[in-house]
Amino acid sequence: MSKLPSPLRRNAPRFGGGDRAGIMQQSRLAGPMPWVIGIMMALTVIAAGAGLALRNLAQNARAEIAGGVTLQILEGGPAERARQAEVAVALLSNREDVAEVRRVPDAEIEALLEPWLGAQDVPEEDAIAVPALIDVRLVGPVTPRRLDELRAALAGSVPSARIDAQASWLAPVFDAIRSLQWLTLGLVTLLAATTAAAVWLAARSALGSNRDTVEIIHLLGGTDGQIARLFQRSIGLDAALGGFAGLLLGLATLALLGRQFARLGSGMIAGGSFGLTDWAVLAALPLLGIVLAMLTARLTVLAALRRML
Amino acid sequence: MSGGEGTIVQFDNVGLRYGTEREVLSDVSFALYPGSFYFLTGASGAGKTSLLKLLYLAQRPSRGVIRMFGTDVITLPRQALPAFRRRIGVVFQDFRLVPHLSAFDNVALPLRVSGVPESEIRKPVADMLDWVGLEQRHDARPATLSGGEQQRVAIARAVIGRPEILVADEPTGNVDPDLALKLLRLFEALNRLGTTVVVATHDVHLLKKVPDSLIMRLDRGRLADPTGALRYPPRREVS
Repeated sequence: MSKLPSPLRRNAPRFGGGDRAGIMQQSRLAGPMPWVIGIMMALTVIAAGAGLALRNLAQNARAEIAGGVTLQILEGGPAERARQAEVAVALLSNREDVAEVRRVPDAEIEALLEPWLGAQDVPEEDAIAVPALIDVRLVGPVTPRRLDELRAALAGSVPSARIDAQASWLAPVFDAIRSLQWLTLGLVTLLAATTAAAVWLAARSALGSNRDTVEIIHLLGGTDGQIARLFQRSIGLDAALGGFAGLLLGLATLALLGRQFARLGSGMIAGGSFGLTDWAVLAALPLLGIVLAMLTARLTVLAALRRML
Repeated sequence: MSGGEGTIVQFDNVGLRYGTEREVLSDVSFALYPGSFYFLTGASGAGKTSLLKLLYLAQRPSRGVIRMFGTDVITLPRQALPAFRRRIGVVFQDFRLVPHLSAFDNVALPLRVSGVPESEIRKPVADMLDWVGLEQRHDARPATLSGGEQQRVAIARAVIGRPEILVADEPTGNVDPDLALKLLRLFEALNRLGTTVVVATHDVHLLKKVPDSLIMRLDRGRLADPTGALRYPPRREVS
């Protein structure tokens, strides 16, 4: 009989072997966790991507129309309409609070209306009266007070003028975009909650199937923290596998959708494209998923262990 | 009961009941002294395993006081129990080896629980497996080991951390007489190194094999004291 080994260190917070000694029986990949987390992550990436695209789209559109005012000359007589338009352009060009004035050419207006009114191949006096349009860009934001000042300035010499902030035309669109953004945020929150619930179930199931081993570790002096660390590490690995697979799937889906929308050729939709920060946010989602899964697993296991001696 | 100075374990009027059943242990009072060798005997169902569970802190009593290593372990918060459990080695009646771990990893488990680095685990565990005669079975899973081999792995696991108390529940129950004697010699060797050993057995022949041992007898949950082992101080000094 050889001599007994010498006494060894005690009371360390972690397992020797860096928690990698395979103490708990694992069934990674064979189990559903990586797949569940992968699907959840893909959906989260798509929802978050949609939310970011909508935010970018709204921000770009707002920036584009910030300070924008549309002046319409609602005059039936073509000659008088042209005269008032010229006066309005002259008046506005001399104002210090106006950055840019551009009269929209009649040809451009006709081209815009052609799909609805058809080609206006008739003498000017017989054509349907269309307002003259002047695109005005103010210095600084458009406020109701500034609009009133402009109206007052034009009222005398351009009686047929009608002035509207461009933002007011798009207000319902922005409202709809904001609703969709809230929807995507809600979806991301629900998906995170569902992922946490799936992890909770998985952690409880893993704890149940390893109950004997957990009891033995307890009786050998293992702490709740040590045992919880084994489970959270295992679920963290599952979350990493599933999370990055889900990220790839989600990004591929977003790229495909982006190409589809790009074909529409709409300037507004083009404003929804991702910047570097957006890609970074999307890439960080699996990391957040891993943290969420590990935290959920730890809390679940600790809560269950507290009921044991 | 008072006193108990120099004791490693002291039970005072301890009672234990499971649920609303009658007490399986009643008014159990005794003291264990460092470096002693104790046998706990009694018929099946006398409460030996329940008493051992209290000893290795797997169960809290329904009443009474238990002091271990000078501390009242009944009122200890459960977070403080692991540090005490690491000072106690346990050989379970059913071995309780982790089935998916090799003999080596089962024996290494207490060291890993104690946070011993992997580099410092290999040699002591290999030495311990050699000590119990399993040098050729390091990689074997419990399912491939015989009952006696599993028993020796369980013993190796219980003593690898050099516990201050070794508690063994019917450690010779599943082995032949020769192996039983060999296992008992292992316990004696450990006892000579200063570990307090408590062996629960219903095999009366075993009691005679360790001449310096002290005997506690349980009868329907109550403790008898045939050798005076339970007195304060015990009838004779134990080296």
